[in-house]
Amino acid sequence: MHQASVGSLSTLETNKVLKNTYLLLSATLGFSAVMASLSMAMNVPAGAYLICVIASMVLGMFVLPRTANSASGLGVIFLVTGLLGFGLGPILNMYLALANGAQVVGTALGGTAVIFLGLAGYAMTSKRDFSFMGGFVAIGLMVMVIGMIANIFLQLPVMAVVISGGIIMLMSALILMQIGSIVNGGETNYIMATYSLYLSIFNIFISLLQLLGIFGGDD
Amino acid sequence: MEWMQILALVAGGMMLFAIWPMYKNWRANPTEAQPGDWSTAIFILGLVMLFVLMLIWSVQ
Repeated sequence: MHQASVGSLSTLETNKVLKNTYLLLSATLGFSAVMASLSMAMNVPAGAYLICVIASMVLGMFVLPRTANSASGLGVIFLVTGLLGFGLGPILNMYLALANGAQVVGTALGGTAVIFLGLAGYAMTSKRDFSFMGGFVAIGLMVMVIGMIANIFLQLPVMAVVISGGIIMLMSALILMQIGSIVNGGETNYIMATYSLYLSIFNIFISLLQLLGIFGGDD
Repeated sequence: MEWMQILALVAGGMMLFAIWPMYKNWRANPTEAQPGDWSTAIFILGLVMLFVLMLIWSVQ
């Protein structure tokens, strides 16, 4: 009887974290979209993307973990996701300038939604623990970032394609790990869970945009 | 070197810095996969890659 109550309590707690994570994720994605529309309307220069990414990384690495257990964490996560959304504006303007830009952006947006919903649905229903992929994701991401740094100088389109494909695969694995961790009670902080899922969705969208732009952009 | 390249380099360096704790955590507490875990994961990620290929084909 007591064990059953403890089990139900833990399930209730898990469901609460999951519900709060999805609510906050929806709100931050919506806020990002508003900020992206704003920067698109303002015709912000392309360099703003990197500045916003660096600023949001500083906040995400040094401020968010310290505030994630308090109400101020909510403000910080909106600041981080708002910055990333604002940085996305010039990138979207660049792709929309392509001959079939609207199709490329729309396909990347829809594709990202399908990938996320499919992976989240599977991780939730299967209740599998995907934490065994931690090493694969960490080493894979390091290799991809080193490749990205090298490609700043090499400027090889083939390498850009490989990196984008690799990032989509690794971020998909990260979504499985994160949702598996919430479902199995490993992650109890919905702000940190939202941050991780938001970054995965953001990176899948950017990588998909790049792949579709390379293969489908007939400018 | 252009300033955009410098910014990209800084962003790349920060990404490595952000991934490092994840790598250290995995080294300290590695989780063993159960039989069938990897085949399931590879199947799902394979489906994602097939879907991406389908999206690329759809915009061409």
